Amino acid sequence: MAVVKFEQAMARLEAIVGELEKNDLPLDESLKIFEEGIRLSKNCLKILEEAEHKVEVLVQDKNGKKRIHAYSPDDADDEPSS
Amino acid sequence: MTGLLRASIEEQFSDIWLEGELSNLRAPGSGHVYCTLKDRTSQIRAVLFRSDAVRLRFALQEGLQVIVRGRLTVYEPRGEYQIVLDTVEPKGVGALQLAVEQLKERLTAEGLFDQDRKKPIPVFPRTVGVVTSLTGAAIRDILAVLRRRWPTLHILIVPVQVQGESAGRQIAEALADLNDWASVDVIIVGRGGGSLEDLWSFNEEIVVRAIAASHVPVVSAVGHETDVTLADFVADLRAPTPSAAAEAVVPVLAEIVERLRELTVRMGQVMLRHCAFERQRLDAGIRGVTDVRFRLQEAAQRTDDMVDRLREVVQQLLTSGRERVHEAQRDLSGLNPILTIKQGLATVPQFSKRLEGQMGVILAQHRHRIHATLAQLNTLSPLAILGRGYSILQTVPAGQILHRASDVEVGQELEAQLARGRLSCMVTRVCDDSTV
Repeated sequence: MAVVKFEQAMARLEAIVGELEKNDLPLDESLKIFEEGIRLSKNCLKILEEAEHKVEVLVQDKNGKKRIHAYSPDDADDEPSS
Repeated sequence: MTGLLRASIEEQFSDIWLEGELSNLRAPGSGHVYCTLKDRTSQIRAVLFRSDAVRLRFALQEGLQVIVRGRLTVYEPRGEYQIVLDTVEPKGVGALQLAVEQLKERLTAEGLFDQDRKKPIPVFPRTVGVVTSLTGAAIRDILAVLRRRWPTLHILIVPVQVQGESAGRQIAEALADLNDWASVDVIIVGRGGGSLEDLWSFNEEIVVRAIAASHVPVVSAVGHETDVTLADFVADLRAPTPSAAAEAVVPVLAEIVERLRELTVRMGQVMLRHCAFERQRLDAGIRGVTDVRFRLQEAAQRTDDMVDRLREVVQQLLTSGRERVHEAQRDLSGLNPILTIKQGLATVPQFSKRLEGQMGVILAQHRHRIHATLAQLNTLSPLAILGRGYSILQTVPAGQILHRASDVEVGQELEAQLARGRLSCMVTRVCDDSTV
């Protein structure tokens, strides 16, 4: 769900910047959405920083049990045969 | 006789090719297919037994022009001769192509390729599922592009065969697994380029249906740009190549970070401007209030000053007034005219006597001093000196008295003052004899 959250957060942030740049809000309302924007910006950055690069492979062993393990380029043997 | 004919026919027509149009198609529960093959002038009964029928990739249809291969035989119970088919090929198009077209038609009718079935591809996937072979170039291309664009991406690969008998089933299962088993945000399914035969599994109904059934959006990436499979039609997004699929599913992280930074900076700038503007307005307001306060303070101070000064003045006035009254009293007491007159009257006779006595002495003394002074004055007077033969030299017209010869120049006009009268002279020579 982090995906949706990030996408929505970015969209909301864009909207806030657009709103602020229209320059027709009273100061207290500007400040309110500005604070929201800063929160969103921090959250987005956090989501980006939290993501961890990994490449994994989902395979089925002889007993039909599925397991996930880290990928290495010589994993070609893992390919199921017919 | 039928048996004899049969033996003879089977021997003579054991391997024949025919071309014609399919009609009277029947496919009962046995799985065998019966039909009539005809052209404009003739027809022949034909049968395709189940074992061969299941190998057909396309569906036999009424009116289809086909090229068939088989052997002639006689169906003894009816005494009819017929051809037992082992190969049926559509005429004009390839069997695979026909099969694809037939399946496409069927699935289109089902609504499987409708645009409104397509799910949006997430803009920022956290986990990307990849269904492809681990041995092909496709996986390397996909991984390279994904890693380059979004270095912190989580990628889950489900290895499958992408060609051969079981490829279709494996691909379908992998799609189901990713849906049921893992939580991926988007799936790339595909393989590198190849012949229509190589790409066949991506035209299989089982694969097409698995893609359609996926709750997770699917991006197809089969072959090259020009290869189009049914998987491409059913996928939520068709990418022309595996690399393009990778590009389509993730944005460039660096660009997103930059966009985020830019938005944040812009937001801050706008806010600063807004605050500065409000601050200015506030300052102006405060200044107005302060001005009034200052003016009030100033006025109060001036009032205080004036009161102080007024008090001082009054005090001074009071003090000096009192003093003057005292002075006046003192003066008045000293200046009592009656007393003075009395005293004066008493001293007058004494003064008169003393004045008369002393006046004679004082006058004699003065007369003597005047004579002495006059004699002294006479000897010091320049007129007396001139009288003795000296003269005074003066410059003209300044009238400066000369003391040194060097103060004048040859040709300068001078004036000489004598005891009686003056002379105008001209300098003809200057002798600066300092020893004199």
